[in-house]
Amino acid sequence: MMIPLAWYIVFATVLFCISIAGLFINRKNVIVLLMCIELMLLAVNTNFVAFSRFLGNPAGQVFVFFILTVAAAESAIGLAIVVLLFRNRRTINVEEIDSLRY
Amino acid sequence: MNHQIFQMVCFVFFAAVAVGAALAVISVKNTVHAVLSLVLTFFSAACLWMLAQAEFLALALVVVYVGAVMVLFLFVVMMLDINLEPLREGFTRYLPVGIVAAAIMLVEMLGIIGVKTFEVQPGPNPAGASNIQWLGEALFRQFLLPFEIAAVILTVGLVSAVVLALRVRTFSKRQNPADQSATDPATRLRMVKMQAVAPPAPAPAPDKETTQP
Repeated sequence: MMIPLAWYIVFATVLFCISIAGLFINRKNVIVLLMCIELMLLAVNTNFVAFSRFLGNPAGQVFVFFILTVAAAESAIGLAIVVLLFRNRRTINVEEIDSLRY
Repeated sequence: MNHQIFQMVCFVFFAAVAVGAALAVISVKNTVHAVLSLVLTFFSAACLWMLAQAEFLALALVVVYVGAVMVLFLFVVMMLDINLEPLREGFTRYLPVGIVAAAIMLVEMLGIIGVKTFEVQPGPNPAGASNIQWLGEALFRQFLLPFEIAAVILTVGLVSAVVLALRVRTFSKRQNPADQSATDPATRLRMVKMQAVAPPAPAPAPDKETTQP
């Protein structure tokens, strides 16, 4: 492989920072927040894949495998919670989901 | 040399597409478009992983994420009748904060990465010809227990998602199999003791006309 390691790391960093900005900007919409978390996991996974390739260690790619598993379960449960919230409150606005605060 | 330039051009193309689609994810107004942009991001990232010779994970990303998780997102977004106007209220207000925070973080991270990594040269492909064999040997020799735990996590996620989203209708008429199989014969069958012989015929009622004087 001829592509430098730094290219992958810079790409993952840019993706991670975009998702951080997305968390700041879309702080009302739960679904977009979940998608930003998925983007973050993608950036981290890209780092794992690149380092696994460059260090010659399969543990990184095995870890990506497990991250994919946990992320799939997480998004399934998160979307189930969103559906439940919408069914009970008729909204998914984060500002209005504060019944645990008081 | 030609091969290397081709790989670099492919990397730059896919990375640009992924970054542009990620920007679209966080900035478009319609949530459905955001989900579709996220699909494009995942697909481009899978192409980048393919360039890093992680073929199995690239295909798993396409199958698992684009095929399952993103379709689940799409289902939920289309199923919920969301009023988008209140959700977009703080967009311009939080935009500068988000951009500044992300820019500071980007500069810091790139500073940590430094310029040394730009000189790292990769060795030969440790996977050899087959990435799946390389990954599978590590997965089933060193990481067998975490693999089983991942299966348990998926099962728990499945059950909990069903339990969370299941709505039991109280007014619907349905059978309860647990009650059906746990029932006792005594509650369903009543033994009645009857006489073996027919009862004697009742005495004939006295005639009305004859009793009258």
